[in-house]
Amino acid sequence: MILPGVIASVGGVASSYESIATTTLTTSTASVTFSSIPATFTHLQVRAISRYNGSGTNEGGALITFNADSATSYNYHLLYGTGSATGAQGNANTSYMWSPDTPFGGVTASVFGAGIIDILDYANTNKYKTIRALTGYDANGSGLIALASGAWRNTNAVNSITFTPPSSASFVQYSSFALYGVKA
Amino acid sequence: MAGATYTPIASTTIGTAITTVSFSSISGTFTDLVLVYSTKSQGGYDYQNSSITFNGDTGTNYSYTQLYGDGSSAASNRQSSQNNILVGVDIGTTQAGKFSVNILNIMNYSNTTTYKTLMTRKNATPSLVSTAVGLWRSTAAITSMTISRDDSNGFSVGSTFALYGIAAA
Repeated sequence: MILPGVIASVGGVASSYESIATTTLTTSTASVTFSSIPATFTHLQVRAISRYNGSGTNEGGALITFNADSATSYNYHLLYGTGSATGAQGNANTSYMWSPDTPFGGVTASVFGAGIIDILDYANTNKYKTIRALTGYDANGSGLIALASGAWRNTNAVNSITFTPPSSASFVQYSSFALYGVKA
Repeated sequence: MAGATYTPIASTTIGTAITTVSFSSISGTFTDLVLVYSTKSQGGYDYQNSSITFNGDTGTNYSYTQLYGDGSSAASNRQSSQNNILVGVDIGTTQAGKFSVNILNIMNYSNTTTYKTLMTRKNATPSLVSTAVGLWRSTAAITSMTISRDDSNGFSVGSTFALYGIAAA
C-alpha cells in the first residue's frame, strides 16, 4: 500500500488509492465540507490549494473540524520555517486543527497555499484520530513551510471534514480541495 | 467516486551518469503530480542540491522557502526570483552506498489560473533532512519538467526518477 503521509509520496499499487470527492470553488466560500465519507478505506488524504480573500499580507492555517464537532476536543502542533527563522508551537484543547496554510488576499495575486493532510485510521472506533500535514506557500519574498500534526480526542469514525478560514475570511475562487481514500 | 488513481506516468533509472533528467509531454489529465527520486551525485562531498524548472522556463520566475536540520540545528531560508527551485539533494561519493530520497508534490499543475506551488521533502542521511515550498510564477499548465544537478557532477548510475499522476474526482 501507499504509506500515508509519506503517503503523499510513495507511489504504490494504483488501486489502493482512490479519489472520493473534490470541491473546486467557483466563488468565494465560507467553508468547505466533505460529508458522508464512507468507512471503506483505511486512511484519508486531502490535497488542497487555497487562498483567502481580504487584504492581509500574511497567512493562516485553515481550521479543520471533524463530524461538525466544535467543542474543544482537538489539539495540534506545528514546526515551521519562515524563510529566516524556525519555530514550533503546541496548542491544547482547541476547537480545531490547523491546515492547509493559506495566504490572505493581500499576498501576491495568483499565489495559493498548498497542503497535503493525512488522516490516519479514520474509521477506527477504538482510537482517537490523528492527522499530519505538510503545508505552506511561497510568494517570491514571503512564505512559510510547516509540518503539522493534530488530534481529535474522539473514537467515532470520521464521516465529515470541514475546512474553515480563520477570522471572517472566505476561501476564494479556484481554491480546490480533493479527498482521497487509501486502502490497506 | 472517480475510482483508483495515483498512476505511474514515467520512470527512469540512470545507466550512464548525466546531469539532467527531463519528463516531457506531460498530459493535463491529472490534478497533482508526484515525483519521487533517489539519487547519488558523482561529486566528492556528502551532498549537494538538485533543482527543477518547468516548461523550459529558465527565467527568474521561481522562488522557495525551506526548513532544514543538519543534525545539530534547524534553520529556514528563502530564495526569491531564482532560475529554478532547489527541490532535492543528491548524496555524494563520500557517503558510499547511500542515495538520497526526494519526494516532490506539484499541486494543481495543469490549471491555467493560478501560479504553481510545489512542496518537497528531501533527505540526505546522515547530513540533512529538509522540506520546502516552492513557487513558479506562471499560470501555464506544466507540460514538462527538468531536474538538474546543481554542479557539474552527474547523477550516478542507479539513481532513479519516477513520476506519478493523481486525478481528483
